[in-house]
Amino acid sequence: MASTKKDPVLVILQLTGANDYLNTIVPYTNPLYWDNRPKVNIPEELVVPIDDELAFRSDMEPLKNLYDQDKLAIINGIGFENSPRSHFRAMDIWHTCEPDRIGTEGWVGKVIRDLDPSGENVLKGVNFGQGLPRAMTMRGVPVTSVNHLATYGVFSSVSGIKSAEERTQLLDSFARMYAPAIGTGPTMEYLGQTGLDALRGADIIKTAPQQYSSTVEYPTNAIATSLKDVAQVHLAGLGTQVFYTSHGPFDTHFNQGGSHTKLWQDISGAVDSFFADLREHDAGDNVVMMLFSEFGRRVRDNGTGTDHGAAGVAFVIGDQVKGGMYGAYPSLKPGDLTQGDLAPSYDFRGLYSTLVDRWLGLDAVPIVSGKFEQMAFV
Amino acid sequence: MPQRQDIALMAHLMRRAGFGEPRGSLDARVAQGYEAVVEELLHPEDRPAINDELMYRILPGYEGALAPPINQADWVFRMVNTQRPLEEKVALFWHQMFATSNAKVDNPPELTRQIAMFREHGLGKYRDLLVELAKSPAMIFWLDNHGNHDGAINENWGRELLELFSLGVGNYTEGDIQNAARAFTGWSIAPKIPRNPLGRFYWNFEYKPEDHDDDEKTFLGQTGNFNGEDIMGIIVDQPASPRFLARHLYRFFVADEPHVSEWNVTPPVDPDAIEILVDAYSESQGDIRSILRVLFNSEFFKNSQFARVKSPAELVVGTVRIAGNYEGFRPGFNNLALECGWQGQELLNPPSVDGWHTGQAWIDAGALMRRVNFAAGVLGDISLPGVRAMIDRVKSQGNLSPQALVAACLDALGPLEVSDTTLRELLTHALKGGELAWGTPEETSDSEDKVGKMLTLIAASRDYQFA
Repeated sequence: MASTKKDPVLVILQLTGANDYLNTIVPYTNPLYWDNRPKVNIPEELVVPIDDELAFRSDMEPLKNLYDQDKLAIINGIGFENSPRSHFRAMDIWHTCEPDRIGTEGWVGKVIRDLDPSGENVLKGVNFGQGLPRAMTMRGVPVTSVNHLATYGVFSSVSGIKSAEERTQLLDSFARMYAPAIGTGPTMEYLGQTGLDALRGADIIKTAPQQYSSTVEYPTNAIATSLKDVAQVHLAGLGTQVFYTSHGPFDTHFNQGGSHTKLWQDISGAVDSFFADLREHDAGDNVVMMLFSEFGRRVRDNGTGTDHGAAGVAFVIGDQVKGGMYGAYPSLKPGDLTQGDLAPSYDFRGLYSTLVDRWLGLDAVPIVSGKFEQMAFV
Repeated sequence: MPQRQDIALMAHLMRRAGFGEPRGSLDARVAQGYEAVVEELLHPEDRPAINDELMYRILPGYEGALAPPINQADWVFRMVNTQRPLEEKVALFWHQMFATSNAKVDNPPELTRQIAMFREHGLGKYRDLLVELAKSPAMIFWLDNHGNHDGAINENWGRELLELFSLGVGNYTEGDIQNAARAFTGWSIAPKIPRNPLGRFYWNFEYKPEDHDDDEKTFLGQTGNFNGEDIMGIIVDQPASPRFLARHLYRFFVADEPHVSEWNVTPPVDPDAIEILVDAYSESQGDIRSILRVLFNSEFFKNSQFARVKSPAELVVGTVRIAGNYEGFRPGFNNLALECGWQGQELLNPPSVDGWHTGQAWIDAGALMRRVNFAAGVLGDISLPGVRAMIDRVKSQGNLSPQALVAACLDALGPLEVSDTTLRELLTHALKGGELAWGTPEETSDSEDKVGKMLTLIAASRDYQFA
């Protein structure tokens, strides 16, 4: 399965629930930050300065290290015009690139279609999590969605199976029940083929943990587990070029402090381990990771948390990434805000088209439905 | 002792007009008589409703639930526990046909109210339902009719009303769309109050006469100063309307059809059946209950067993209904709602205004894996009450040959019909286990395990994917 030429790989990490931009890349010397964030702020002793205006929160130290090595790009002020404050609508727009109507085709689905037009590899795009994000759904494009790599497969949820032998027996029966049968009608035949595809996909992906060994110890939390699963599948060389996973919830309306800290501790540690793992296996130079959230949060805090805002921040990480600051940090001046929120200055479809065009080598226009300003981080 | 085919037919009716029934209750249904059961299903008002007050006391988070999946769980609870199966099934039918999605509406309580409206009006006159639909705040917001003003029309609602909710492509002109939109100017919602700091408010339908276009309109060949109700009256008398509705009913209740977007180029699977339903529409002036009476009593319906791929909601709800593990007020309906979404049918959040793509389109490798693992996981759990009842049914037949085990399990799970390939493999599997005996505790335990494995395999089969 492994190819000799290293194909570019994109790992998408979705920060679900709207990450608070102001408390992620902190304008720690801006008096307007302190005016607007009397309660929900990152105290000065807990910031790691980038320059004399902006800082990472200290939970993000591992990401700051990647930044210092020029491997992490900060995409400032990302979003889109007339950003809805609705999670569902905003996420839908990020997933389909359709801000003005309801889109049905996910942008990642289109990427997978263009990477593998004949749909030969059911593992070309792999999601780690429950169910598929709308970004990956596109009719006719097979993708694989894995909850837990360790247990993935047919009959993984049957409590009555007591031994590996019993399981093998049932799987053999399953394969024979789904064997091609002539004259049963197109739907039965399609079901047969699909059942065998599912079985085969699971058989292939199951080999990944068996081949894997590493000295890197990932932290024990959900996102670290997901990224370790991504690493295992990537290292197994199964031809996967797009990985998708998500973490959250970032919807910190109430008691933001502790939960936001934990989220970024977990993500930073997991991302750090992930890239260390790839480096150990000399397999990181063709991997780029993108982190995004559906929007940022309101400039003024609400006493214990923050409400829905507009502009946010995205990150792009990898050995091939030219790290640094991209785009302008949005102004906090009252006159520059839109309905109390940071105004987006960079269209998210520009980020996608940069990755699609410059990293994956595909025509971005049909994927993001138009031409958008690209950035030079890859 | 009822005939096997009568039991199978009753199981079919209950799967289609509801979400399936455990095998144990089918004999009594058959004794009641097929037509009498159809009549009972058609009159949900004669059966007790879910006690909302009690439900919300025990599951307080469900009341006015502000976010998925709790709002979806509220509906799944009703699908599983209703004593009015057709009322819920018809609500799901209208939700599929009048697809309204939280992805834009972002107001779960309003979507829940729309479903309640489908329960209330879903078996009445088509015209009345269309008028209620036009007044549904979730629909108004979904198709932008609150932005449809006198002198500045927004044709989104007018277009989808004709294209997807009543006539179908090819049966109206662009001018008809614009005139329909004009007739619905002023059909709006009370101002949307910001969510913060006071939480969320219900929207209300509000007719704004000052924003209504009071000039003459020409719609589908008729001219007058039409308002929204007049438009619905004209629509339901068009020959295209019963035909369009009949095809939707056929696709949902009878057999898989292509998606609605292909109807203007693809003829119906069974044109005679469509004619029968069109006649029923004409004779009853578009009374849904009367049309469904004809449908359920028709030969084409009775001959359509296992002719549809189950939707995720049908698969999930149908499976737990026969496994008996979600009876009554208890936690966990969130998980069932999420499971529907993971299988590709997130309730109250359909992918677009033309609804879910059904039939074969429900199935891809990921969705099939989830369907198989869900059904096999539930029906292979011999501790669940409904599965115990199946085991008891099998056990009541005494010691069993492998052939008899397969037959007894297929009967207990349905009865189900399976293909020769499946049957052969089930038998091969059963033969490896040998005879079932129930003499000693060891034999009983071993036999129960074998029944559980057989149910697991049947639940994982291709055949189980069909309703």
